[in-house]
This record gives sequence, structure tokens and C-alpha cells, in this order.
Amino acid sequence: MLDKVDSYKFKDHAANESLTEEEKVELLRKMVRIRRFEEASLKYYNAGKMGGFLHLYIGQESIAVGTASLCGNNDHLITAYRDHGHALAVGMSMNECMAELFGKATGCSKGKGGSMHFFAPDKNYWGGHGIVAGQTPLGLGLAYGLKYNGDTGAALCFMGDGAVNQGSFHESLNLAQLMELPVIYIIENNGYSMGTSQKRSSAFTNCLAQRGDAYGIEWDVAKGNDIYEVRAKTKEAIDRAHNESKPTILEFDTYRYQGHSVADANSKKYRSPEEIDHYKENYDPISVWKKCLLSEGVIDEDLYKKMDNEAKAEAKESVAFAEESPFPEVSDITKDVYYEVDEGTQSGKTGRHFFHN
Amino acid sequence: MAQTLYRQALNRALDEELANDEKVVIIGEEVTEYNGAYKVTEGLWNKWGDKRVVDTPISEAGFIGMGIGASMLGVRPVMELMFYSFAYVALDQMINNAACVRYMSGGLINCPIVIRGPANGGTNVGATHSHTTENIFANVPGLKVVTPSTALDAYGLMKSAIRDNDPVYLMENTLLYGDPLAASDIPDEEITIPIGTAEIKKEGKDVSLIAHGRCVIVALEAAKRLEEESGINAEVVDLRSIRPLDEETILKSVAKTHRVVLVDESKPFCGISSQIATMIQEKAFDDLDAPIKRVTSVDAPAIYSPPVEKEQIPNVSRIVDMVQSLG
Repeated sequence: MLDKVDSYKFKDHAANESLTEEEKVELLRKMVRIRRFEEASLKYYNAGKMGGFLHLYIGQESIAVGTASLCGNNDHLITAYRDHGHALAVGMSMNECMAELFGKATGCSKGKGGSMHFFAPDKNYWGGHGIVAGQTPLGLGLAYGLKYNGDTGAALCFMGDGAVNQGSFHESLNLAQLMELPVIYIIENNGYSMGTSQKRSSAFTNCLAQRGDAYGIEWDVAKGNDIYEVRAKTKEAIDRAHNESKPTILEFDTYRYQGHSVADANSKKYRSPEEIDHYKENYDPISVWKKCLLSEGVIDEDLYKKMDNEAKAEAKESVAFAEESPFPEVSDITKDVYYEVDEGTQSGKTGRHFFHN
Repeated sequence: MAQTLYRQALNRALDEELANDEKVVIIGEEVTEYNGAYKVTEGLWNKWGDKRVVDTPISEAGFIGMGIGASMLGVRPVMELMFYSFAYVALDQMINNAACVRYMSGGLINCPIVIRGPANGGTNVGATHSHTTENIFANVPGLKVVTPSTALDAYGLMKSAIRDNDPVYLMENTLLYGDPLAASDIPDEEITIPIGTAEIKKEGKDVSLIAHGRCVIVALEAAKRLEEESGINAEVVDLRSIRPLDEETILKSVAKTHRVVLVDESKPFCGISSQIATMIQEKAFDDLDAPIKRVTSVDAPAIYSPPVEKEQIPNVSRIVDMVQSLG
């Protein structure tokens, strides 16, 4: 469990010293928008409006918002299935995200990806991947592409604490260091790999990121609920990627209030309600940042209320947008499978590509 | 003109495409100083250097996934699997990521990647190194699977694969790399062979032998023997590309010969031959004068014992016997 945040010791860090008041408010607004979006998602998931799984980001907002706020034109993000927060943090709209959850043609993936598969390559956001750690070699590949293309950038590859035990992650670490690739593995450690606590799932010394020692990779562990700290640690990793083309493993301690997914029937059994309440009361990233900005005199309660109401309204509107949007057609099922077919190229017109009757 | 071996043809295609497009990069195990486990990349690292020809550790899931990620950013990696059997440790990347990311992103992303390597039995290396993987991957929408049987096809299909904007899995054969029967005259000027086109490798009228990969070479030998021993004039159809599939060429051949023997090193259950047989009975039922027959691998893991493995995979006598049994 985290230490209580009350010192804001990274306030004057190079990553934060030049933050304007407007930028600080925007960080708060983004976190609040994610939370209200997720709450609306939960409500309509429970009302039977969505299929599949719903992995909520509530409690972890400071990580996606803090890291994404440092990204420039050549910095890229990729994550696992708990991907709504990162999507909104990089600037995807609530409408396209909610419509995707509703399985609508107006969704970010035209209703073909669902909750776990949001993408916005125009915003350097490469998903949204359903298989635990399956995105870790892809994140490495984004870094490889940056280096190959001669661009100074970083690939921020997010993952949960459960993903550290997949082989593909370890293969990626070895390759990252060997090839000197500017990838940053960001472990969002919420303490539970699905329903199994960290102690019951991972062998480690001190923390998970320390596994980087085995590969000679720089690593750090930090509080994930203090956005100053998130930005400070992320900036150091981005600088290493940009200036030295070297990888980093960053581990942020965080907490998810909901189950692994909404379908996780045991989410209040493998941990106590007291544990969840204790975190909410003391460490909630939005409360922490709000308190900080109140104390700095950057916001007042009225501004926060207004911001919160706007986020709620935006989420509500996104639900209306999703409700009103059409589903994809059955004829859309075979679109977006092959680039060459979609583009009507000679290659796409040669031979039979689909084999149903 | 000197005949080009299958291995040399692949090498030439890679060399030319490295020259044609600076985004093309060759990545794999032992592809640089070692010149490739089967010498397909021989000389390329010397010529093109560290940026364009890149060695990896033995980490198929890691480096194949890395190539897929790089392809999303516009790099055009040509990945070598030392054996296609090793694809099984990279399946999550090759299927969940390369094949599905375009679809799940609603068409926002594409992966212009080639993953190539030998996928065959018949070399006495036991079950783990002898898998024929084309049916596994051809089953997956989003992927293209090509299986050249000759040097010319290997050359032309490799070039098309590298230029294609979808993931193309090109499956070679260790027995073809140096086989004079698979060697070809390749013109000096560049050519490409379109993915999705089959080819009649030998005209005939009595029976269609439909095959892909090395089985085409074996079927051509069988056709010779059938002609000499029984006066049977077999047509040999080379699928060349499994997905997309050139159904038209197959159906034309069936309409001409009315008899079909499918020759396929895949295992029989859900093999390539299963798909071809289904297609023929759906679309050319009335053209058939006999049931469609198959010569596939004997349905067990690849046996090590060298003389027995020769009988496990399709060979000339098994094809000849099957054709003669059609009556």
C-alpha cells in the first residue's frame, strides 16, 4: 500500500516547474473526464447496453493523464485492455469511445474492436490490446520504428502488474537493451493480476521493475496517484529515450476500485471493502490533485464543481450519441480485414480472400 | 542462361527489394554474419550493413512482435524464421496482433510485414522441426499465405510479398533451397508474380494433380511416371498462393480433366486439401467423374526414421498409386 501523498515533493521537478495554471487545471479536467466516462460506461454496461468485458480505469487516472501530458509529436503510446483512460488522455473523444462500447459504427474502431481495442494512430495511440503482455513486443516495435526512421521519440508501453510474468515481456526487455531502443515499459501496478494478489503471482525483490536489473535496464518505482511524481519519473524516462535511445521500466503503484473487469464477481472477496475504502479516502488521484491545486490556489471548489458537471454532461451526451448511432451492417464484417482489398488495389482484386458462402 | 536455385532466387529478391525501398529491413536469427541458417540471406549483411540486415536473439515472440510493431509505423520488415515450426512460439504476435490489428482498429492500421522461412517435413529432424504451417495461418482472415514451389515463383512472390501492404507469410522448403528440379531461368530484368494466382505447371487432360510448395515438384515427377508407365496424361496445378486463392485456375483444370488428386504435405484433417476439396464439390460437382482423392502426410507427428519419413509425406509412388486407383 502506498504512502500517503501530502508532500508533493516533485512539484519543483524539471517536469513540473514550468507547468502553467491552465495546464494544471487541464490535468485535473482530463482525470475527471476519464472517471465520469468510466462511471457512465459502468452504468450502461450494467444496463445491458454493451457486450463483452469492461475493464475500468477508475483509480488509475493520474498515470495515463500524467504520462500522456508529456508526449510530443514523436512519442507513442500503446497499452493493454484497460485502455479507455489512455484513449481519453491522448485526446480521443468520449463520443467515439462510448459508441465503440455500444458496438456502433460511429465507434473509434467502427464497432469492430470493443472495449479492449481502442486505437487512434493519428494521435500516436496504438491500442488497446486484449492479450496480457501481447502489446509489449509491439511497443518495442514502435521504438524500433522510431529509431529506424531516424525520429527522436519514445514508445510508452503500458502494462499491468500481471503482464510482468509473460515471456514475451522478458524477450522484449532483452531486445530493448540489446538493440538500445527508446521504449518505456510502464507497469501500472494495481496490486492484483486479475484476482490474484501480487504476492501470490510474482516472485520479486523489492518491486517488479527491479527485474530490469537482470537486463541492465534503468528502472524506477513511484507513487502513481501523485501526478507531479508521475510526470517527474516519466520525464526522466522520456529524456533517456530521446537523448540516449535507451529503455526504462517505470513502475507506478496504483489501485483499481472496480474488479479486474465488471464481470469479476469476486472483486470484493479477494480484498476487503475496507482496503478499497481506505485507498479512496486517502490516495484517490483526483482527490490528491484537487487538494493540491486548492492549496496552490489554482482552483476553487466552484471551478471543480463546474468541471465535474461538464464532465458528467459530456459523458451523458456521449451515451446519447452512442444510443442514436447505427450498428455496423452485416456487410461491414468483411471490411477492414485486408488493406489491399479495402483500397481496391490490383493485389486486393487478385484471388479469393474470403471463403464464406 | 544459368539456372538459379530456389535459395539464390530468394536472395536476389531480398537484395533487389532492399535496394528498391529503404524501409525494407531483414530481421531474424543468424541472418547477418552467419549468412542465414540456410544461406538465404548470404552476402546481404556485407552489402547492406547493420541497419538493413539485423540479427536477433532466439526470441521469436519478442522479435516477430517487434517487427509487427515497427510495421505499424511504416517500416517494412522481412522477418526470417529459421524454421516455420518456430512460429508456434510467436503465434500470439502472428495471429492476435499482425492479423487482427487492422480489423480491431476499424482499418486505421495496417502491417506491411513479411514473415518467411521453411515449413516442411522430410528432413529427418523430428516432429518439432517438421511442421507444415500453411493451413494454420491460411485459416486466419487478415493474413496472406504463399508457398512457392520453384525458384522463379520464390523470386516473384517474395517481391510481391514485400511490396504488399498486408501481412504475408511466405513458406519455403529446406528441400527446395538447393534442388535442381526447383531451379529456374529467371530473367535479368525485375519481375513480380501476383499473390493470388495459381499456375498450370504441366498441361494434361486425364487427371488434375493439385499441389503447392514442394508437392508440386513431386507431382511433376509423378506425372512423368504416369505418362511413361500408364499413358496417363496428368495436369499439374500449382496453387502458389493459399490465401488469397486462385479458384478459377483450379476449376478450369477440373472442368478439363474431370478427375482430381490433391497432393498436400499438410496433415489431412483441416489441411489445405480439405479446403480445396470443399470448394471443388461446391462449384464443380457436375464436372467430376470420380470422387476427389487426397495424398497428404500420414496423420501422425513427423517420424524421425529417415526411410519411413519418406513414406509419411507425399511421394511419387503414393501419388501414382492414388491416380491409378481412380480407375
